[in-house]
Amino acid sequence: MEPFKLIHPNDQHTAIASSGGANVKFIAGGTNLVDLMKLDIEKPAQLVDINSLKLQTIETLSNGNVRIGALVKNSDLAYHPVIMKNYPVLSEALLSGASPQIRNMATVGGNLLQRTRCPYFYDTSFPCNKRVPGSGCSAINGYNRMNAILGTSSQCIATHPSDMCVAMAALGAIVHVEGLRGKREIPFHEFHLLPGQTPQYETTLKHGELITAVEIPAIPYAAKSHYLKVRDRHSYEFALASAAVILNVVNGRIQTARVALGGVGTRPWRAVLAEKVLTGALANEQTYRTAAEAALSEAKPHKDNAFKIELAKRTLVRALKTVGGMS
Amino acid sequence: MEKGPGVSNTDDNDTSSNGTTRRGFLTQITYAGAGLTLAPLLVRTKNILPGAPPGSAETSTINLTVNGQKHALNIDERTTLLDALRENLQMTGTKKGCDHGQCGACTVLINGRRINSCLTFAAMCQNSEITTIEGLAKGDGLHPMQEAFIKHDAFQCGYCTPGQICSAVGLMNENHVHTDADIHELMSGNICRCGAYQNIVDAIKEVKNIA
Repeated sequence: MEPFKLIHPNDQHTAIASSGGANVKFIAGGTNLVDLMKLDIEKPAQLVDINSLKLQTIETLSNGNVRIGALVKNSDLAYHPVIMKNYPVLSEALLSGASPQIRNMATVGGNLLQRTRCPYFYDTSFPCNKRVPGSGCSAINGYNRMNAILGTSSQCIATHPSDMCVAMAALGAIVHVEGLRGKREIPFHEFHLLPGQTPQYETTLKHGELITAVEIPAIPYAAKSHYLKVRDRHSYEFALASAAVILNVVNGRIQTARVALGGVGTRPWRAVLAEKVLTGALANEQTYRTAAEAALSEAKPHKDNAFKIELAKRTLVRALKTVGGMS
Repeated sequence: MEKGPGVSNTDDNDTSSNGTTRRGFLTQITYAGAGLTLAPLLVRTKNILPGAPPGSAETSTINLTVNGQKHALNIDERTTLLDALRENLQMTGTKKGCDHGQCGACTVLINGRRINSCLTFAAMCQNSEITTIEGLAKGDGLHPMQEAFIKHDAFQCGYCTPGQICSAVGLMNENHVHTDADIHELMSGNICRCGAYQNIVDAIKEVKNIA
């Protein structure tokens, strides 16, 4: 691990003011960053420990939205009574990710910035455009069973690893950030970038900007929602495919649908094409299957991961059945 | 750096009849094998050990509260809590397994909550109460979870056991266990290569039923 300077500001203003230099990173739970530093993938010159900032609360706002401080631990969010009751999709997504120890450390803000677990990103002896721009992608012609089938490019097929972000994508969350030039709000679907020709850029966060909160909208029907994750082992494993589903079904007809997929996309994948099929349709197996076909219609398989297309479809159908039932 | 024989009085340094300690022996065989297949491993390990890393290190004096005792340490900023415990404080009860947050051998409690000490910088733990396996017993009286692990033979080689026990104590504090399946799921951050899982579940169930 490269040497770095570690500072511990007590307030947000000082933390943001300390982050302007080159190669400065904020650190909260550290569950991903410390690992990447041990492997010499991340080499910050300075770390700004933000754990003393007052960003630890979960509050219901006057408009019914729920504002989650960036430093709220994954476990605290997952077991929060409001989240368990009104947003089970989010609670289930959080509890399906990592281990209890890591969930006690990892924060909501950090989760948004989680890096891919593509093995070629992790192994510094291989070319990787995300790690060393322009060096090439080892996964495209390598062992790519875990890699993405949606949103890929000729430069990168790395899967976005987060479960929480898949639920956040379905919920249409808003990311609150603050930098030296002030505050702004980023809609969730504009937060993560597709790899395109520049896979080293993963979010629209600007240098020095700090995530302060994630706000989830009041969605009364989200109390009926579900996150289904399919993986190689039952626990403590990344998704092969996952689905976050929120449906408003009235008299057997789907009024509104919010659907996102995980384990298959280069970013948390809002399945807009599936939502179009579902909206206004009868809640039955045929609708679910048609929606799943639409969701994966643009999928591009690689040598080892073509199985993910059918797996993701079945995962989505199962999750839709769980939430929407059969009319 | 690894301490030589007789540096501390912790269990890993117990001296055998021929004057060799377990840790001293392990150090010797590590260096003996370093020219062979262990070389990459050794290089990586040395990089993250305090005292040995390359480059001009930033050092600082930090205060850690471990098992109720305050310690002032002058450490390299890169030192993880795990390395600070084992290498600076010679508290070798907490084990280093994968060193990447995947195995749970390094589990300790911070303010009563279980975490992976290998993924935590020691300098970020200064305002916390750290509890390790050494801090669970009260004098000669073992913690109920330690008693239960012994009663149910919940280990074989014992290397993952301190992490398993600390994790199980954290699990009890969290209070989300209702079924055996919950125990399986909520202990999934601790790997046991010997496969003592069923007995670990039995030990946890026993403590839960007493509580």
